[in-house]
Amino acid sequence: MTDLIDRQKLSYIAAQAADARLNVELETEGMTLNIGPQHPATHGTLRIIVRLDGEQVVWADPSAGYMHRGYEKLTEVRTFPQVTTLINRIDWLGSFANEVPFILAAEQLMDIEAPPRAQWIRTILFELSRIANVSLFLGDLGVQLGAITPVFMAFRDREYVLNLIEGATGGRFHPNFDRIGGLKDDLPKGWIDETRQVMKKLRNFCDEIENLLFGNKIFQDRTRGIGVIPPAVAQQYGLSGANLRASGVDWDLRRDQKIALAYDKVDFKVWTHPDGDSFARCWIRLQETREATKIVDQLLDGIPSGPVMAKVPRIIKVPEGEAWVSTENPLGEMGYYVVSQGDLGPFRVKIRTASFNNISIVPWVLRGVYVPDVITILASLYFILGDIDK
Amino acid sequence: MGFLKDRYNEYGKGMSVTLNTFVQTVKPKKLGGGAATVQYPREKEAPPIRARGVIALREDNCTSCMLCARSCPDWCIYIEGHKELAPPRRAGGAPRKVNKLDRFDIDYALCMYCGICVEVCPFDALFWSPEYEYSEPRIADLLHDKTKLGEWMETVPEAPELEAGAEKKKK
Amino acid sequence: MIAVDLPYWAQSLLRVLGGTVAVLLPAGTIVYLFLFKMMSFMQSRLGPMEAGPYGSMQLFAEVGKWLQKEDIQPALADKKIFKIAPLIVLVSTFILVAVVPFGPDAYFTDFEAGVFYALAVSSVSVLGILIAGWSSANKYSLLGGLRAAGQLIAYELPMVLAVVGVVIQAGSMNMQQIVFAQNHGSIFGWDGVGNPYVLTQFVAFGVFMIAVQAELTQTPFDMPIAESELVSGYMTEYSGFRFLIFFIAEFANVGIFALIASVLFLGGWGVPFSWFGWDSMDAVDDWMNVVGPLIMIGKMLALSFLIMWVRFSYPRLREDQLQRFAWKVLIPVSLVNIMLTAILKVAF
Repeated sequence: MTDLIDRQKLSYIAAQAADARLNVELETEGMTLNIGPQHPATHGTLRIIVRLDGEQVVWADPSAGYMHRGYEKLTEVRTFPQVTTLINRIDWLGSFANEVPFILAAEQLMDIEAPPRAQWIRTILFELSRIANVSLFLGDLGVQLGAITPVFMAFRDREYVLNLIEGATGGRFHPNFDRIGGLKDDLPKGWIDETRQVMKKLRNFCDEIENLLFGNKIFQDRTRGIGVIPPAVAQQYGLSGANLRASGVDWDLRRDQKIALAYDKVDFKVWTHPDGDSFARCWIRLQETREATKIVDQLLDGIPSGPVMAKVPRIIKVPEGEAWVSTENPLGEMGYYVVSQGDLGPFRVKIRTASFNNISIVPWVLRGVYVPDVITILASLYFILGDIDK
Repeated sequence: MGFLKDRYNEYGKGMSVTLNTFVQTVKPKKLGGGAATVQYPREKEAPPIRARGVIALREDNCTSCMLCARSCPDWCIYIEGHKELAPPRRAGGAPRKVNKLDRFDIDYALCMYCGICVEVCPFDALFWSPEYEYSEPRIADLLHDKTKLGEWMETVPEAPELEAGAEKKKK
Repeated sequence: MIAVDLPYWAQSLLRVLGGTVAVLLPAGTIVYLFLFKMMSFMQSRLGPMEAGPYGSMQLFAEVGKWLQKEDIQPALADKKIFKIAPLIVLVSTFILVAVVPFGPDAYFTDFEAGVFYALAVSSVSVLGILIAGWSSANKYSLLGGLRAAGQLIAYELPMVLAVVGVVIQAGSMNMQQIVFAQNHGSIFGWDGVGNPYVLTQFVAFGVFMIAVQAELTQTPFDMPIAESELVSGYMTEYSGFRFLIFFIAEFANVGIFALIASVLFLGGWGVPFSWFGWDSMDAVDDWMNVVGPLIMIGKMLALSFLIMWVRFSYPRLREDQLQRFAWKVLIPVSLVNIMLTAILKVAF
């Protein structure tokens, strides 16, 4: 706890003092405020119970599960091809990225590898879904802080990315394009040139958001030094993705892990930020969107030719075994632990979603902050309800 | 001047972004301006060729083999059929047994638009069409039968050409 | 002066009608022009386009929608004052417009302490907001109401102090006199544009506009409403007609504060008197009673454009930052401004 910066330390002490003061000094009572399940700041139905002293949070507890859809159980009664269409819906903003680790796990069990062209296209679509996901975060961040314009700009430019995903896969939100052994289809003609255009637009969008939001003094006042998570605490709570990198931990599965995607063929920078505050988390995501556009550009230049589907039997039976594959999804580390007993469908699937771990730090990080900062911190932790509740 | 420049970076840049967008939107279409949105019922954007809008059925190809109904993740396809004797192909041969389709309904209220049925169909009877304007005021009306699905066959586009470097389809 | 001598009842009727127009017209114009259209354009969309040409009838459709909605009162609410609260806010708007002059004879009242009255009355709406927040029996509303009270009281002070500079320079608290002093004045002997106080009191103008932004609870200072935190704060539990009243009051207040700012800093209804050779209030031609209101509306739109532009571009401050800004920046700045104005007034 020694590396907390002053602001956070002070508010932490203040919260503990407030805790002690309640019911002692002025005979005051804390006010319990339910933020959610229906609240604009929770992007869905997350409920956060906070106990307030004035506007200062003394105690906070996230209560998830209002949108539990039982994916782990559902996958047990579906065949392997059917599972991909279900798990699309876990993190609904970056849905293609949900398919990839599951398919990779199944491929690992069946001991086949997708052809290189399929791997490259997978990586491109993976990064596109990251852009679609994070660009909406950048806009939504403005709404949580009271600026209404950024979200419309985000929707405007995310539309181009969704059009690309739809052009290639047929589905805007739920592509269901990944197959065990490759991809459903190859890219349509003209898609690569269009993607290059869109990447330019997205970089322009990042500049706009940087001018409109990140450079603004009010935004910086609201986010700098708020909700500081030191690296040790971040690792203890199992944060991943941009939330961890914002605490200064240089950890990125895209770079650190050898999996059957084309990340080792491109060079990209893994951004980290030493501060660990809300601003750092938002800034990291902005930089990652930029980096993702560059990754896509590099990948487009070097797509190998060839088939997009390996030889797989028509009816897929996955041999007995267990496999764990995780990837660096837009929200953080997402992994599937697939247990197969040689049937048409998996015997058991454990889904590790990033948001569930990312919000587990909420009770720790919300202590001592003010109600408006609760919203900022929640927005900067960036969770998606489907990703929490599964 | 440094002071003013800092203030501009802190407060002015954001306002210039909104003003730029304002100018861009009110600029006439001829000069490359205009809003990013489309006034829907009057103007329409064409969906991509591969867009999964609605499933069309070519009835003649269907043998009511039930593969699609069984592979559907939420069982929204209802098929009933019976066997019929058809005249033999060559004169003097035995009459053939053909599967005749009685009922082929898709409940679009349940459909997840995953496309597995189109993929598993071994006889090329199901196709994706980018048609999307088929909303109904009542949810029960979204159950469409084979005649309706057959009408959508007209809107099915040719499969798009593939990007350079793709392997030619063997079919 | 206008020669017609109307009976008292007719004058009162005219005043009431005029007041209604002066409240509703700016509110409607601002909502359509800025909230519907300008905001949409700044967000790369067209805004309402269906009701009437370019969606110009949208506001009437919205009013119709609100009137049809059920007037919901929470079970635990303090029913009587829950109902009164929006009316208090609206009434404060109406009595605020009473001192704004629109022309040499087109005013509702003309009394000596006009500026003082306007600043005093503008804080009546705090009562309505506080009552609304308290009586809703909702924690979010309570937080919103308390934030509003803290904020409006804090920003009342820099606003008053900013106006003091103008009052010192004009030597009067009468709004008409302030308009006269600006249009009749001269800058170092050159009277081509009169002497609008925005030139000499630019610091006060800046402070006043920031305080107005806070007083109107527009974004960077919209914590009392704070859509994403407090779910509209004190307005959370209001629906239908009562919400409509809050809505009208909010945007009418934008217009009226813009009008007051244009009277105090931009020369009000007047054109520089040297253009037509007027040298006193009585010498002003009667046609100014028609042109004056138009000039006022023009200036009001320009200032509300500014207010709304900031609203659509900025994120929101936190409550303690807002208080710190008021007490540590705005009030010292405006005090220094008063001092300088007084010294210069004595010196010249």
